[in-house]
Amino acid sequence: MSSDLDATEPVMPEPPGPTPVPAVTPERVLAGLALLVPIVAMLWVSSYDKTDPYQGGVPFFYWYQLLWVPVSAVFTVAAYLLVNRDEKARKAVRKAGGAR
Amino acid sequence: MNGVNVTALTVFVLFFLLVTVMGFLASRWRKADDALHLDEWGLGGRSFGTWVTWFLLGGDLYTAYTFVAVPAAVYATGAAGFFAVPYTIIAYPLVFLFLPRLWSVSRVHGYVTPADFVRGRYGSKPLSLVVALTGILATMPYIALQLVGIQAVLDVLGVGGGADANWFVKDLPLFIAFGVLAAYTYSSGLRAPALIAFVKDALVYIVIIVAVIYIPIRLGGYGHIFEAAGQKFSASKALTVPENKQWTYATLALGSALALFMYPHSVTGVLASKSRNTVRRNMAIMPAYSLMLGLLALLGFMAIAAGIGKGDKKFNAQLSVPQLFENMFPDWFTGVAFAAIGIGALVPAAIMSIAAANLFTRNVYKEYLKPAATPADETRVAKIASLLVKVGALAFVLTMDKQAAINLQLLGGLWILQTFVSIVGGLFTRWFHHWALFAGWLAGMVYGTWKAYGIASPATKHFGGNAAEIPGIGEIGYIGLTAFVLNLLVAVVLTLVLKAVGAPEGPDETRPGDYSAESGDEELKNAPEPVAAH
Repeated sequence: MSSDLDATEPVMPEPPGPTPVPAVTPERVLAGLALLVPIVAMLWVSSYDKTDPYQGGVPFFYWYQLLWVPVSAVFTVAAYLLVNRDEKARKAVRKAGGAR
Repeated sequence: MNGVNVTALTVFVLFFLLVTVMGFLASRWRKADDALHLDEWGLGGRSFGTWVTWFLLGGDLYTAYTFVAVPAAVYATGAAGFFAVPYTIIAYPLVFLFLPRLWSVSRVHGYVTPADFVRGRYGSKPLSLVVALTGILATMPYIALQLVGIQAVLDVLGVGGGADANWFVKDLPLFIAFGVLAAYTYSSGLRAPALIAFVKDALVYIVIIVAVIYIPIRLGGYGHIFEAAGQKFSASKALTVPENKQWTYATLALGSALALFMYPHSVTGVLASKSRNTVRRNMAIMPAYSLMLGLLALLGFMAIAAGIGKGDKKFNAQLSVPQLFENMFPDWFTGVAFAAIGIGALVPAAIMSIAAANLFTRNVYKEYLKPAATPADETRVAKIASLLVKVGALAFVLTMDKQAAINLQLLGGLWILQTFVSIVGGLFTRWFHHWALFAGWLAGMVYGTWKAYGIASPATKHFGGNAAEIPGIGEIGYIGLTAFVLNLLVAVVLTLVLKAVGAPEGPDETRPGDYSAESGDEELKNAPEPVAAH
């Protein structure tokens, strides 16, 4: 990033207007769901508030929640990939719009 | 606590010296051309990539106090103390939704603090000021608690001279640690904790992994540990959460998760990263720390099984894990473990004091005292403010009792949550009226503080807990979350009223495209306040 260079550039007009990509895309919906799953699972305390079955001496309550740490990470990575794809698509459309 | 553990103390001091040297050298790390810009001192030049950000955020969010307090809560209350695990599981998917937007708009407009954003979005000085002051207020006791974490370690190490030593000798190690911390934060800014975070997190991971493998072997396995824990807790505090406490467990997890990235020091860590994608990627890899936190929580049960504090009614639960380490580990490794906790206090304390200093400089000093301040003026003021914040925290710990610091930190979480509607609401919509947000904030602050005041516990008459009955539902829930819902309701209703009467709105300097700008985009080239040259 060089601010000297930027200063010599003419001020750009307003960014291109509304893009044809709608606000709600399948990618965004899926990403939202992927993020929602761990939140719902953890807030639903009664679903895991018990000691049986034990696993290696550890009551269910503890190993189940610990297991959700990596599981939630998988869901977040999925959301990350989906959102990335969505943003790339948006950028491509915006570029095409800007070149017009 | 008989005498000084010389081997452990030596290892501890060696690590402390190492990070001190690193802290001072950090000012040369990725050195910028314009060192006088606040972006440099206060945000490390907004240049940190994925891994540096990961270490920095990990070092920032998982503090020494966490290491001591989370297992202490499990040690003292059993399953209820485990809520820290769902809390950190929920937090990252949740903030994934809005932190990238905060990064983008802050990058485009050169915002350094969340209050800067509120000022730009709503054009409201009072709203920005209360967001800034809430941030400073919530951060101060948090810094003080880092000192409590160091004190716990020093106590178990046997330094501090015991009860009969005078206060100066007793607190001398703390003075030295904080004096050194203040000096390198002053000279290196955010680069110091970012560099030291590597050492801190590496030590913490090593210690936790060793602890969860080695200690159970010595104690006869996890089965035996949970058996011992089950015996300790009566029916009401069993190995699971009692049915009437499930709401408390869930609301504490959700409320804490919502509050986590409202803390100024968390925002500082996020804004210091170099791209929007860096922020997003980090939300996917931060759970590695949550796993560590969960394992750490289990140490509370190990302390029970190891008989720590058994039969001692007055035993301080905060000492349970440091004491467990000393009893279980060979001396040299106790030193490593204590260094992890000690350095674990220094990193967040540094970032918190920088974040509080940024808030003061940008949202009080520049806004009200000297609007014409240059970036160099800002940096100078922020450096001095960071010193004052630390002196304040030190004075706080030395003059007030520890319980006050713990109470205030609990309140801090409740308070900071009340800035959520203004900040996150603003990231998605300009629908809210700034006076409605102000009123919502006030309602949440007053309700939450008043409710918390009324809770007594064996240790303290007021502010003794964080859960109370949720009006209208009848279950016991986290006060902070109830206050947050009230805050939101007031903001919505008053916005409708103010819009109906046509109350004037402040100017909004942001544009829709600003919220999705990525580094290298057009929006950044036109940034009204270009960031320092690299």
